Amino acid sequence: MSDLVLSVKDLATHFFTRAGVVKAVDGVSFDLVKGEIMGLVGESGSGKTVTGFSLLGLVDAPGRIVNGSVKLNGTELTTLPDADLRARRGREISMIFQDPIATLNPMLTISQQMRMAIDAHERLSKRAAEAQAAKLLTQVGIPSAAARLRGYPHEFSGGMRQRVAIAIALLHRPAVIIADEPTTALDVSIQAQILFQMRELAAEMGTAMVWISHDLAVVSSLASKLAVMYAGRIVEQGPTANLLRDPRHPYTAGLISSLPAMAKPGLPLHQIPGATPSLLSLPPGCPFAPRCERATKACDVAPDMTFANNRGWRCFHPVVEAKEAIA
Amino acid sequence: MSAFLSIDNVSRLFGPNLSTGEKIAAKLGGKVETRAVRAVSEVSLTVRKGETLGLVGESGCGKSTLGRLIAGILAPTSGTVLLDGAPVMLDGRKVTTRVQTVFQDPFASLDPRMKVGDTVSEGPIAYGLTTKADAKGYVANWFERVGLDPVWVDRYPHQFSGGQRQRVAIARALAMQPDVLICDEPVASLDVSIQAQIINLFLELTQDLNLTCVFISHDLSVIQHVSDRVAVMYLGRIVELGPVNQVFAASAHPYTDALFGSVPKLVIDADELVHFDTIEGEVPSPLSPPSGCYYHPRCPLATDICVATQPETQTVSDLRAVACHHFKTLMASYQ
Repeated sequence: MSDLVLSVKDLATHFFTRAGVVKAVDGVSFDLVKGEIMGLVGESGSGKTVTGFSLLGLVDAPGRIVNGSVKLNGTELTTLPDADLRARRGREISMIFQDPIATLNPMLTISQQMRMAIDAHERLSKRAAEAQAAKLLTQVGIPSAAARLRGYPHEFSGGMRQRVAIAIALLHRPAVIIADEPTTALDVSIQAQILFQMRELAAEMGTAMVWISHDLAVVSSLASKLAVMYAGRIVEQGPTANLLRDPRHPYTAGLISSLPAMAKPGLPLHQIPGATPSLLSLPPGCPFAPRCERATKACDVAPDMTFANNRGWRCFHPVVEAKEAIA
Repeated sequence: MSAFLSIDNVSRLFGPNLSTGEKIAAKLGGKVETRAVRAVSEVSLTVRKGETLGLVGESGCGKSTLGRLIAGILAPTSGTVLLDGAPVMLDGRKVTTRVQTVFQDPFASLDPRMKVGDTVSEGPIAYGLTTKADAKGYVANWFERVGLDPVWVDRYPHQFSGGQRQRVAIARALAMQPDVLICDEPVASLDVSIQAQIINLFLELTQDLNLTCVFISHDLSVIQHVSDRVAVMYLGRIVELGPVNQVFAASAHPYTDALFGSVPKLVIDADELVHFDTIEGEVPSPLSPPSGCYYHPRCPLATDICVATQPETQTVSDLRAVACHHFKTLMASYQ
């Protein structure tokens, strides 16, 4: 496919700590085409953020990518020298982080920070750079952008700060944006505004996005396809509505049915027993097996991804599609 | 309706502590910040025994402050909180142990240098609910009730996961044998699968122990699940109050309506991407709230009267109240 912008294959990122090897990401594969938004969902410690960092080559020691490939527009990123990678970061692939208070420099004006991001990849006069910065701020919904450019981060509300971070990520119209829970820290009314805008911008600019989130409802209204992570692996992937309607992996099914919105008010919620396993001491087989009601002897061996009809799941005993069961 | 917990016209201001010099400077027209934030403003509420009241709103709306006022952690600037007819606070001091709180972040609310068993037994021993000698059995009993293994009493908080820590925090609150439990975003920092476990525990315990509860959350689906009635707050005021199913089915305040519209819903029956409604603008600064109705700058129904006058709380039906000049227009639009 000529539209393929990002192709990740068998990515594994391990952390070599004193306590042992933490397999934070262990076999993640997915493809993204132009303008496509993929939701990467999972609970804390499932490896979704480390996956995002690995794509940009931002994993620090004691962690490193031990296996797999990340191809951006056909170029292999995992073996690229640092300088070449830096030339691509921010221009071809960029990232939006969860906490805009931590990602913006409190000592610099928004204009200075945005111009730094522009200067990293382009030669523009100060005036032209400011004009471009102002244009992007307007696009992400910041009123009177030219005046706000002279402001410092503390003069912006949380939602406005995140918009600035998004504008910086969009400056060079990258092919891919990795968004790591960018709306988690925001109020629902602001979150809705930003989700809506991101969807429009991605469509307009043809930017592909990996939207990392723990919130199924957020990604379901934004992404066209989903990948669900558990203990460092993608356990299920497929088109959003299809996957949420008929989850195959028992973990995905459990996650969906444990949402308060899925139960009758006042009645007990469906709950997944136990807690996520420590990545230091994963069970030898399927990591979800100890919490899984469908687990059998077969699950002592880690299952591979099974693919069918655009869907993929890593389970020996997948939940049967509701319609099939009836028919 | 018999009021077990009654909150009467409670307000809380947070202002700068001015030195004498600053006060003089302010009088003479100097540049001194004298404005106070009205975190909670003239709130009146009653909660029946055994009822769970949900308190919902965006950050900065005053829901946590109101929770703390009810719990007797903060003293109101004016107004009173009565439990069973007796004040929760006297002369700025909490005078009852019948109201206990579970906080949002179990990493911050447990003392990292104290064994969790001691954390749970400290209050009951101090108030004579148990003795030092009997404390072990007393704590073990509460540990079992919240789904923790009693052999863990000698562990420290860092040895527990987030969900388990929240169970410890719940055990600590319940060990004081309260009548009222204030839950301030108790599941906000937990993963979805763990959140379900804690919500189930909460539902089970409030029923078994006949607890009256104020459940604070920004998550509407959680509020809908656990509450009998819901109070929606905006900039320190309650804008809508009523039984949770009625308010969720047909909200009387435009803010409530817009808030529901903003919540991303799990889309499972459409292959099309959904459109969701967004509220324009942001919550104004509580230091300088707008005139009239605080919501008017963002409200699609706002007219001149909303700019000029603050709406009184009006009765919608038997159990429902709203503070909006145009609630009838909104309610009519549902038909």
